[in-house]
Amino acid sequence: MAVDQNLKIELGKQGIVVTTLEELYNWGRRSSIWPMQFGLACCAIEMIATTMARYDLARFGSEVFRPSPRQADMMIISGTVTKKMAPQVVRLYNQMAEPRYVIAMGACAISGGPFKQGYNVLKGIDRYIPVDVHIPGCPPRPEALIQAFMTLQKKIDGQSLTGEDRPRHLDKDAQGEFPVPEFGEHDLEPASNKGVWTVPTIIK
Amino acid sequence: MKTVEEIRAAILAAVPGAAVTVLPNASPSAQQSLLIGAEHATAIAKFLRDDEELALDFLSNVTGVDWLDKEIAEKVKVTRQVAKPVEGGEPGQVQMMDETVEETRKHVEPGYLEVVYHLFSVAKKHGPVVLRMRTANRTDKAELPSLTPVWRSAEFQEREVFDLFGIVFKGHPDLRRILMWDEFKDFPMRRDYVEPDDFEYEPTPHDEVLKRAQAHRAHVGAAEAKP
Repeated sequence: MAVDQNLKIELGKQGIVVTTLEELYNWGRRSSIWPMQFGLACCAIEMIATTMARYDLARFGSEVFRPSPRQADMMIISGTVTKKMAPQVVRLYNQMAEPRYVIAMGACAISGGPFKQGYNVLKGIDRYIPVDVHIPGCPPRPEALIQAFMTLQKKIDGQSLTGEDRPRHLDKDAQGEFPVPEFGEHDLEPASNKGVWTVPTIIK
Repeated sequence: MKTVEEIRAAILAAVPGAAVTVLPNASPSAQQSLLIGAEHATAIAKFLRDDEELALDFLSNVTGVDWLDKEIAEKVKVTRQVAKPVEGGEPGQVQMMDETVEETRKHVEPGYLEVVYHLFSVAKKHGPVVLRMRTANRTDKAELPSLTPVWRSAEFQEREVFDLFGIVFKGHPDLRRILMWDEFKDFPMRRDYVEPDDFEYEPTPHDEVLKRAQAHRAHVGAAEAKP
């Protein structure tokens, strides 16, 4: 049950703080999203720049890059995902604890980018794992990554703890493990996870 | 530095029986290359490295080239006998006459895989000397001697050429795929490589991609219509 905003402000003036468990819980979650420390290509340089003093990702509570997937809340797919690397990325995602989020950063991570028609580059990481925020750009500027963080924070803030749109760690039936693609003779097998990615309809 | 012709003469003097051809380069760079036979390749490489005047101690680059089978059409004049009706004669009466016809004959020149080495000398500050080697064909005899025992820097680059072109380097200490995974069966830089049919989602297709996307859609549509 959400609290009426005007009533909240009125009570605040009287020195009374009113909140809901949901608000408090989501505030805590969104204010300390710890990313996993790994970079895949040139986008990783922009990701590193984002954490430095000029752009200062610490303002959003995400300065602690964890070197272990077990301690990370979010994965930034920062760069080209080659077909040889894709199983490792999915495996790392599987090793993360819920609640976990994914930002696909840059043209390569969202679609294969300039390498889309190549033989060795995955046409977007969303073929294997669910992606929360896609950022275009080649590479995206640090501001774009910060925009992605803020979008993700808004998304977390908007999640209710019960009901259909509850976060996955509160959903007993949510899929926990995502199948890791195998190295095939000509391509990865399967070429995409049908449960995660369906071919978008192209409207002409 | 010696010219390619001089280098060729030096090789022939040092390695008797070696097959060395100068391949001219008509471009402005005029970077002539030496085509060497696979048989004496290691001896030639050792000579180029150890010769005091050349001292090509640095191998900077190894790459591959795929040359497809070439179909060559030739016009040949052929004379043959033709039966022709006799002028002013009875119908059905024929006469044998010679006739010269131009005929197009086609023959296939077999393709090959080529590996190119760029050599420099750090000691003498000269280069490059371009070496080439060719395989017998593109299928079952794609073998060449490895130059890794002569220049250590060839190791990873020869592995890359093996990975992408499928040239097997005899005498290479560790010939495995380097970029693609071990289970991969194709050679992606060969010109007859067929990519997996993953053109299901092409939002902005054009040219070749448009064709592949349309072919994919037709293929998938037919498969869906069957059951």
